[in-house]
Amino acid sequence: MNHHKQILSVLAVGLFTLGAAGVAFGDDDDDDRRGHRSERSQPRADFAPVTNVAYREECSSCHMAYQPGLLPARAWEAIMSSEGLGNHYGDDASLTDALRNEISAYLTANAADQTGGKRARKFAESRPGADGGLPRISENRYFVHEHDEIPPRFVIANTQVGSFSQCNACHRGADDGDYDEDRVVIPGVGRWDD
Amino acid sequence: MNPLNRCVLVLMAGLPIPSALAGDAAAGAAAWVAEHQPGGGAPVRSCVTCHGDDLTKPGRHAVTGKAIEPLAPSVNPERLSDPANVEKWLRRNCRWTLGRECTATEKADFVAYIKTQ
Repeated sequence: MNHHKQILSVLAVGLFTLGAAGVAFGDDDDDDRRGHRSERSQPRADFAPVTNVAYREECSSCHMAYQPGLLPARAWEAIMSSEGLGNHYGDDASLTDALRNEISAYLTANAADQTGGKRARKFAESRPGADGGLPRISENRYFVHEHDEIPPRFVIANTQVGSFSQCNACHRGADDGDYDEDRVVIPGVGRWDD
Repeated sequence: MNPLNRCVLVLMAGLPIPSALAGDAAAGAAAWVAEHQPGGGAPVRSCVTCHGDDLTKPGRHAVTGKAIEPLAPSVNPERLSDPANVEKWLRRNCRWTLGRECTATEKADFVAYIKTQ
């Protein structure tokens, strides 16, 4: 092999390595733009974990404090309006205006179409339920697709689960924004292997 | 702080709290299990629907299925300790269960009943 060829090979390998590194860093940057800085310390989080104390305290009395990245901003705005909270999926979840505004600002700023974590962008579009009311996470196309093989008896008729709104009944990491399928354990049924 | 100011503060702190009214625990107990028919043919509702009839035991949210910590202060000392929280939940839960907000008397009765548990 002459010198020219050797130099070319070295250059080619070098360029390839740089290119690969560029892609890797590009991915990283992309993740950073979409996610929170805190995601770095929790690389497995599909959704940036909940950080707002008021949101966690006020909303997790009745259901899990869903990560803001599970709905787009306009959906959170509808849910967090005065009328939306007054009829919150059939329940009264009204708050003082001060709390409502604080929580609404947090949810919309970290919504699926703003930021939120690795899988959040799949939730950038929301749909209302059959009742035509407020948007529902469980009506999102990706959500429905991911859960379509689970028999209703494992969830709705399962007294230890009761509803698809109880993410953390089966997703053991849901409270931390980790919805890894490998961590799914359906109470009374066992591990779920797709 | 002078005694007069202290007295005024104590009075102000007591005013908006339903538990400050002399509630009737027996009336609260009866209202606890009273069933109310919501519109649209939904199943009847009472406090028992979510909280159960034994307040020392956890309840269960009728819609989401999430566990609700026991309401009885004897096993859950945090209950009834925050007046604003008590007001918030009485407003929300009366509206869901009875379809309207409860009167001050009704709320005082519920609080008096829960206190005995």
